[in-house]
Amino acid sequence: MKTYENTGNKDTRSGFGAGLTELGKNNPDVVALCADLTGSLKMDEFKANHPDRFFQVGIAEANMIGLAAGMTIGGKIPFTGTFANFSTGRVYDQIRQSVAYSGKNVKICASHAGITLGEDGATHQILEDLGLMKMLPGMTVINTCDFNQTKAATLAVAAYNGPVYLRFGRPKVANFTPENQTFEIGKALHLQDGTDVSIIATGHLVWEALEAAKTLHEKGISAEVINIHTIKPLDEEAIINSAKKTGCVVTAEEHNFLGGLGESVARTLAQHHPTPQEFVATQDTFGESGTPAQLMEKYGLNAKSIVEKAEKAISRK
Amino acid sequence: MSSTQQLNDFVTQVRRDILRQVHAVNSGHPGGSLGCAEFFSVLYQEVMKASTDFDMDGKEEDLFFLSNGHISPVYYSVLARSGYFPVEELNTFRKINTRLQGHPTTHEGLPGIRIASGSLGQGMSVALGAALTKKLNGDEHLVYSLHGDGELQEGQNWEAIMYAGSHGVDNLIATVDYNKKQIDGATDDVLPLGDLRKKFEAFDWDVVEVEKGNDIDQLRNAFKEAKSKVGNKKPVLILMHTEMGNGVDFMMNTHAWHGKAPNDEQLESALAQNPETLGDY
Ligand SMILES: Cc1ncc(C[n+]2csc(CCOP(=O)(O)OP(=O)(O)O)c2C)c(N)n1
Ligand SMILES: [Mg+2]
Repeated sequence: MKTYENTGNKDTRSGFGAGLTELGKNNPDVVALCADLTGSLKMDEFKANHPDRFFQVGIAEANMIGLAAGMTIGGKIPFTGTFANFSTGRVYDQIRQSVAYSGKNVKICASHAGITLGEDGATHQILEDLGLMKMLPGMTVINTCDFNQTKAATLAVAAYNGPVYLRFGRPKVANFTPENQTFEIGKALHLQDGTDVSIIATGHLVWEALEAAKTLHEKGISAEVINIHTIKPLDEEAIINSAKKTGCVVTAEEHNFLGGLGESVARTLAQHHPTPQEFVATQDTFGESGTPAQLMEKYGLNAKSIVEKAEKAISRK
Repeated sequence: MSSTQQLNDFVTQVRRDILRQVHAVNSGHPGGSLGCAEFFSVLYQEVMKASTDFDMDGKEEDLFFLSNGHISPVYYSVLARSGYFPVEELNTFRKINTRLQGHPTTHEGLPGIRIASGSLGQGMSVALGAALTKKLNGDEHLVYSLHGDGELQEGQNWEAIMYAGSHGVDNLIATVDYNKKQIDGATDDVLPLGDLRKKFEAFDWDVVEVEKGNDIDQLRNAFKEAKSKVGNKKPVLILMHTEMGNGVDFMMNTHAWHGKAPNDEQLESALAQNPETLGDY
């Protein structure tokens, strides 16, 4: 088994902030917009370095998306920043018409995704955003796993021309992606080779998947681990090949099982290589207040749950 | 009506509840909560005609909607101390499996709450809808609501404000917590609100302005004046100037405590400034 070192827990939103700071220095076309959450989105440094390219729009997310769409006309590359809920559900039609349908080069950057934002509770914990965004034709949907990957993705989406939804979060999670790894949109990362079960994970559940693979290894089960940072376009080949090899799949994500990565994988396999699949995801519920660790336990979004689902998937072969 | 002393004691205890709730979970929003302690206390203790025997439909009673849901600590404290649910339950604020979610919700069935809020800018429409239903039902009771000033940057407010004004929905008394602050700083630096009184008046609202929204007598007068204006074919706005973090010296004159909990030392100092009156939970 390959070993992955956690170089220290860090929040993925800070990876975004670091990427944006770098973009500010290297790409004069990058502009940033924020809706009264500059600190939470880690956009302060960009704001301090480039006050002329930073737009504080106030608590007005719909206006922010419209402004961003307009700013692309003439060549700017706008990065919008707010919480995931207010980046998607709040402004769905603005994104749909002014960004996706109009094919605008807007980067919608969303922090505090999922239940692990913790105590603020369900009003702020969107578990439906990946589904909302992946249903929009032409939208690229990225959900990064750690600080380093989030930073690399931030740089990569600036270089890519087209609408992007970039999702990250609030809690400090394991940082294990090599610092200099380039981010290839749409290309799955093969983290562990295995023969008994494929664990296909996204976001910080990738680290949980690696932990689960260790536990499974101790139990004599060989688990393959694939890091899907890009939900759309999905690396179908990587998924199909792995499923062919192992014969069963567990998907893992901090999202509702309706509309998330799991469904995209299930659709891919149903078409190309029907395979038993188990889902580590929330089960069509809203979230609630609690600490991130308590919530991951209660909603079954951790390594323990991945192990259980892996054993179940294997039993269904 | 309670005496001013009784109400002051109530407010002091509410402040303690706010501080202790957010401290216990090291999260939540003390700033706006403290700034609205007097508003909630006067509203629930003296102004609203409402039953603590909670019923969702709230027919033949006054209703209240909190649009700026992040100031849940003050809402929970006043609801509990007004008899909607046991005061001890404040101990569960923001903890797993609680009815006292970070932002108010109907999902867990907490008595007193009629709509979820937290995602800003939606409460004006909801309050307006409830006011329209009261009219359809021939129910002459009033609908009250509270909104942050930064929250008014959300466009949906102005859709509701336009509707309420142009349809003369005159059983609605909305209040704006005009503390001139929000997360990223002063509203004037983030996105200036301009002349709010003129804006509401231009949308055909009656405006009652309270210079000191943390003064109980001024609030009492404002509510009295607002109530005297209902039924005049115009919705009523109380433009309530407040001090974010009011009652705790180091939390005032700054936006820093919008969404930050005090540490142990800070809590001790804050509580010393607000000695126990009605008994801590
Ligand atoms: C739609 C939406 N956007 C952003 C936020 C994040 N947020 C929570 S409170 C707040 C500031 C609110 O300012 P104000 O209404 O003035 O309340 P105060 O800070 O005075 O309590 C923001 C931006 C949110 N809750 N909802
Ligand atoms: Mg304010």
